[in-house]
Amino acid sequence: MIDLLYFAWVRERIGLPRERVETRAETVMDLIEELKAREDRYQAAFADLRALRVAVDQELADFTAPLSGVREVAFFPPMTGG
Amino acid sequence: MVRDIRVQAEPFDYGAECAAFAARTEGAGAVVTFLGLVRDDGGRLTRMEIEHYPGMTESALDKIAGEAAGRWPLSACLVLHRHGSLRPGEPIMMVATASRHRQAAFEAAEFLMDYLKSRAPFWKKEYGADGAAWVAAKDEDEAALTRW
Repeated sequence: MIDLLYFAWVRERIGLPRERVETRAETVMDLIEELKAREDRYQAAFADLRALRVAVDQELADFTAPLSGVREVAFFPPMTGG
Repeated sequence: MVRDIRVQAEPFDYGAECAAFAARTEGAGAVVTFLGLVRDDGGRLTRMEIEHYPGMTESALDKIAGEAAGRWPLSACLVLHRHGSLRPGEPIMMVATASRHRQAAFEAAEFLMDYLKSRAPFWKKEYGADGAAWVAAKDEDEAALTRW
């Protein structure tokens, strides 16, 4: 089981801030493909990966990052702090 | 080094924070502070919502502060960032750095600002007469990191 967290417009497009999923995805990219196949709202959120960032267990990561042993994956747009 | 990282919804008193910071800088000769305010965008903006990623935000800010401390001889460093609903003119965030000499304090403060703009998980949404929109990250913010 992995906790998925969504922020900013990713959260708005998917319609929820977090969910727990059962997945056999080996990488973040595999997980995204799984989610996109589920429903249109995921398709909309993940349509353009250049506009997305991912954190794996609260550390910024690449889409190729492995998911073995991972507890939390977060998807969000580029950050705008300051 | 004194490292003070705070992420909060509550407003803060910039003057009081600056004075308190200066009072515990452990013999530094220079203190640099920066205050970020919500722009009113010519009166178009009515409020701003700042969302963040609790847990990761604190650890990302701590990591950025740690990197600054590794590059410059800082005796103290403060990063305070708000989240939630803010009105134009309200303080969003501040950084403060203290060092023996001003150049290190100035550079470290700029480094902290550059990094927290695009490496700390905050997202801003602006509300105005024309509706609401997420603030897009700027290419120059990402480019600013290459100078360090």
